[in-house]
Amino acid sequence: MRKLPRKKTKRGASGPPVTTVVVMRLYIANNAPNSVRAVANLAAICKEHLGDKYKLEIIDVLEYPLRALADGILVTPSLAKLSPSPAAKIVGNLSDKGSVLQALGIAELVE
Amino acid sequence: MTSNAAPQPLPKIATGIPGFDELSHGGLPRHRTSLLRGGPGSGKTVFALQSLVNAARRRQEPGIFVAFEENTGQIIANAASFDWGLPALARNKLFFLDAKLSPDVVKSGEFDLTGMLAMLKAKKDEIGAKWIVFDGIDVLLTLLQNPIAEMRELYRIRDWLADNEVNAAIITAKIDVDRPEVVNYGFLQFMVDCVVRFERRLEHGVALHRIQITKYRGSDFVAGEYPVSFGPSGMEVGAPEPAEIKQVASGERVSAGFERLDTMLGGGLFRGSSTLITGVPGTSKTTLAGKFVEAACRRGERTLFVSFDESADRIARNLTSVGIHLKTHIKTGLLRMYSSRTETIGAEDHLIKLKTLIREHRPRCMVIDPLSAIAKAGSLAAARAVANRFIYLAKDEKITVVVTAINEGDKPETEATDLQISTIADTWIHLSYLIRSGERNRALTIIKSRGTWHSNQVRELVLRDAGPMLADVYSAGGEVLMGTLRWEKEDEERAKTIQRRAEFDQKRAALELTEADTRARIRALQQDLERQRVELATYSKRNEARIVSSSDREKELRRIRSADPAGGGPTGIVPSPAKRSASVSSGNSGRKHKKDAQVAP
Repeated sequence: MRKLPRKKTKRGASGPPVTTVVVMRLYIANNAPNSVRAVANLAAICKEHLGDKYKLEIIDVLEYPLRALADGILVTPSLAKLSPSPAAKIVGNLSDKGSVLQALGIAELVE
Repeated sequence: MTSNAAPQPLPKIATGIPGFDELSHGGLPRHRTSLLRGGPGSGKTVFALQSLVNAARRRQEPGIFVAFEENTGQIIANAASFDWGLPALARNKLFFLDAKLSPDVVKSGEFDLTGMLAMLKAKKDEIGAKWIVFDGIDVLLTLLQNPIAEMRELYRIRDWLADNEVNAAIITAKIDVDRPEVVNYGFLQFMVDCVVRFERRLEHGVALHRIQITKYRGSDFVAGEYPVSFGPSGMEVGAPEPAEIKQVASGERVSAGFERLDTMLGGGLFRGSSTLITGVPGTSKTTLAGKFVEAACRRGERTLFVSFDESADRIARNLTSVGIHLKTHIKTGLLRMYSSRTETIGAEDHLIKLKTLIREHRPRCMVIDPLSAIAKAGSLAAARAVANRFIYLAKDEKITVVVTAINEGDKPETEATDLQISTIADTWIHLSYLIRSGERNRALTIIKSRGTWHSNQVRELVLRDAGPMLADVYSAGGEVLMGTLRWEKEDEERAKTIQRRAEFDQKRAALELTEADTRARIRALQQDLERQRVELATYSKRNEARIVSSSDREKELRRIRSADPAGGGPTGIVPSPAKRSASVSSGNSGRKHKKDAQVAP
């Protein structure tokens, strides 16, 4: 968890803030309140901290339930960070910005 | 199972868990949700899983198991001790959803079950699931960390269950009796139609599992707490026996083991009756029971031998020394021997185990040796109730049963203080020791035998290589004689018999001798008689000859003298040639006679 962000910090200090593209997948339940909130919260975080250095796929579980099941999703909304490693999983409407940044490995980049 | 009197507005679906379907009058409410609540390790998960397995195996109904608390690999591994074939079922009939949130998962803000329920619906449609279990919903609810959210998600589940009709839905929740407020129990209880409470508690150092139906909307059920036990086929509930006694009395007799004992019992034991053998340790209770078992097996009847605190193998071996051979019957499968320890298991667990054994083996005869051992663990009251229930169970199943009980002291009356089964047993055989002249001998008495004549005599039970036998006892001066004293008495009797026989033989020989003597004398007399007859005949002949010869001489003399015939007549004057020849022949005979006469003095 800690090793990689430290590297990034060094890079961040020497060049642009983010060099790696963060790949994420957000599983939502259509327009359920928590899901709608999660989409908005994630958009804000990305805009603020990642610029265009991210790739986000939003999957509606109600539409692709068996795929979500295969991906090991349980509750909605769920955010999966696929790369860079380590992979991480965050559940909830992402209202707690700090914990999201930490889980995505962006927290230290910011500072 | 369902009583005819009470209306049954609610359709039910059987869980297949022995005992529970009787308690609930048919199982869980069909198309409804049931809640299983109880502390950790109380058997909720096993109950839920077993219902699911039974539905899949017996009715080919697929099911979904959502595990919030344990991961599914663990659950399947835990259930491996049951003969359900769960791994195979998990591949085709049952779907396990690992719904345990990994500790690595970061929580950020509120979440809900919308997505999960959508996935479950998809899976349900895919496999055609008819049963669903949410196991450990309390774990999920505590993750929500908010009573309002808890309530909201419970509503969501309820709505989902209403929309996605399954044959039965089961929710389990770890709710301790003392801390029901941990989750929103009030609402959980409200949203379901049936609540079953599970409990695991210690009683006299023995872990007891209990089950109780606390709510069943729209249906009657058997109230009260019932014991639960776990066997190779899973969970079993010790449901109460029906109050009405519906046993049919049989007039058929079966052997109690050996002929002499049957004679004492007026022809044997009644089929389906219960017999109690009491006695202090070492009075051959097991031997008698073993003999009964052997006799049953020889008749070709399926038999069950349950022993407590002694291994079946050892019992079989020990019985061989008194000529009771059980091993061949074990090999053919006719006899099933089961032995169990008693210290660690409560009496009710034993009863459930016995029920399972009876169901599996279907015996016609059965032995429990000793039944009194079930009182070792747990309370005596429970053991008494179980002993009674066991006897009734055996009667219901029409099993001829022999149970042994160890009693303290040597008075049969003390048995009454123990399990109190003597009152419900049909036949009561008591074995005791009689100590006299430095010997301990086994005595057998039939204290009671319902509905039949039975001997009131005390008999000595003698164990020999060929098997147990009963011997007459002698009473002398109001005391019964056994062992050596009996032997001495018998010896005395034997000596007397021999003497009598000798006397008889002697007399007979003497008589025979006299007879022979008489015969000999008769023979001698007969010989005399014969000789005398011959003598008489000889004498008469000689006499005749003498008479003839004397008349011939007279004639000859007359001829020589040429004398006139004495009587006159022509014959004498003109002798014819025929007369001459005749005279020649007579002359010959005359010579002979002369000779005879010369010989004779």
